[in-house]
Amino acid sequence: MKYLARRLAFYLVAAWASITLAFIIPRLMPGDPAQALFARFHGKLKPEAIESLKEAFGFTHESLWSQYGSYLRHVLTGDLGVSVSYFPAKVGDVIATGLVWTLFLTGFAVVISYALGTFLGIVSAWRRRGWIDRTLPPLFVFLGAFPFFWLAMLLLFVFGYTLGWTPVRHAYGDDFTVWSVLTHAALPAITIVIATAGSWMLDMRNTMIGVLGEDYITLAHAKGLHPRRVMLRYAARNALLPNITGFGMALGFVLSGSLLTEIVFSYPGQGYLLIQAVHSLDYPLIQGLFLTITMAVLGANLLVDCVYVWLDPRARGGAK
Amino acid sequence: MKLGLGILGAFAVIAIFGPLFVGDPTLQVAVPMSSPSWAHWLGTTGQGQDVLAQLVCGARTSLVIGIFVGLSQIAVGALVGTTAGYFGGWVDDVLTTIVNIFLIMPGLPLMVIIAAYLPTGSLTIALVLVVTGWAWSARVIRAQTLSLRDKDFVLAATVSGERGLRIIVAHIMPNMTSLLVSSFIGATLYAIGAEVALEFLGLGDVSKVTWGTNLFWASNDSALMTGAWWTFVPTGACIALVGFALAMVNGAIDELGNPRLRREDAFLAEAAARGVALGVSTPVLRREA
Repeated sequence: MKYLARRLAFYLVAAWASITLAFIIPRLMPGDPAQALFARFHGKLKPEAIESLKEAFGFTHESLWSQYGSYLRHVLTGDLGVSVSYFPAKVGDVIATGLVWTLFLTGFAVVISYALGTFLGIVSAWRRRGWIDRTLPPLFVFLGAFPFFWLAMLLLFVFGYTLGWTPVRHAYGDDFTVWSVLTHAALPAITIVIATAGSWMLDMRNTMIGVLGEDYITLAHAKGLHPRRVMLRYAARNALLPNITGFGMALGFVLSGSLLTEIVFSYPGQGYLLIQAVHSLDYPLIQGLFLTITMAVLGANLLVDCVYVWLDPRARGGAK
Repeated sequence: MKLGLGILGAFAVIAIFGPLFVGDPTLQVAVPMSSPSWAHWLGTTGQGQDVLAQLVCGARTSLVIGIFVGLSQIAVGALVGTTAGYFGGWVDDVLTTIVNIFLIMPGLPLMVIIAAYLPTGSLTIALVLVVTGWAWSARVIRAQTLSLRDKDFVLAATVSGERGLRIIVAHIMPNMTSLLVSSFIGATLYAIGAEVALEFLGLGDVSKVTWGTNLFWASNDSALMTGAWWTFVPTGACIALVGFALAMVNGAIDELGNPRLRREDAFLAEAAARGVALGVSTPVLRREA
């Protein structure tokens, strides 16, 4: 439990750091940040409304410290301001519309890709120099060299536009059915799986090879256990531990890629909101998205840590 | 290794001399979206610009930014990594926490929030990439410093009264040259990919010709819908080729710095030549990955 408490403390510090970064970055901008930030609201909002929005962002005429305090108060109560491009919707509400889709698409794709990659890693380490071990790692290194979103563009071009097998945009068709949602998610999900499965596989393969050299594996063989039992229960199980910590670390990277994939497929998730916000210079929305996505990644990492503690008795004893 | 260096060399030549041989990439030279022909080998973009010219000129800007960012990241990473690793104690605790925070923060949203506020341009992109990427190299360099710190030659230097800074620069850094080179390559790889992604989002200077803005314009001119594959396929293929070459060179350097990998390959080749089947009873060197 000591381990979890330490991790929790770290995530709290990380959360505070990202909230603070979002406060500092606009103030590093040359010129008057408040002016640029709120110029886009002119003609849309009453002056009083702009004033209250300025307060939400901490752009008051007080000292930097009290600005920071007022900003923290608003962020912690979930008030992220009003969106420019989706005026007059609140940033929180705009983000909520995209959150479900991102969680659905990225969640499924990451789980599939992790399971598939890890399994391939196990097999390829077990059958060293077998055909899987000889063909897949170089292939995945090659695929990994392509920009994530470019793969998405290529797949969309080939299967969506040229062959016409899959829908080319949005998350569902005219009719909101399970089938329509699944066909719309298929190609973006496949992109994410292709682009990320390789790194899980290579990671797993390398730790697995290390574990296979341990004495207890030789002993298990000597006891005459079934090879599959040795592979899965003895070797893979132990190789999985370092792999899971790597999973948490890589989540942020994977998420960045899947945001870009959403943009290419016009999938109505966080990524799509992000590009809209960038194009219309919707600063409140950009900041809200940054905070939401960061918090989501921190939360996911906390979850991974819980799984880790559950899997590894050493972490529970605080011996780590 | 040779193939990787060959590809990189070819791209270096293209980036340095290529722009002299192609026309102005921003000029409208033909009908927009015309497919590849003898006059324009890779066709034209939605604005009627020559794709080949854009590709060649884009190589120069993209590679320069990539290498510049790679070097800066290593500089910051080495400074933080060696300081944390060598001095340990509370210095290490503070620096490691900062490094971990930057590692865990999702890169793209952070890049977007910084790039959106700063004036657009190559320098902004470079700055953003250094800020979001330095932590990766800092982490590996710190780990390596930790393992070198307790080696006898460092202890000898400490005993002979050398100061911390000199020990780091003269004794520890030279002993992780291969790590520095490989993390430089890793950082460059990351920088090129992330730069392209940022410019694809339209956060760069869209009037400049780079690989990222090429893709940005291809997507903006709905190249996918009109079937103009030549506006985005060559650019992506070039990025992938550079990335693949960098990854290959990186792997080869790993092997140079890690004799075990080479030994295992030699061992397996020998066994194969003699027709010996490897089983659990020949665990020699299997431990090394």
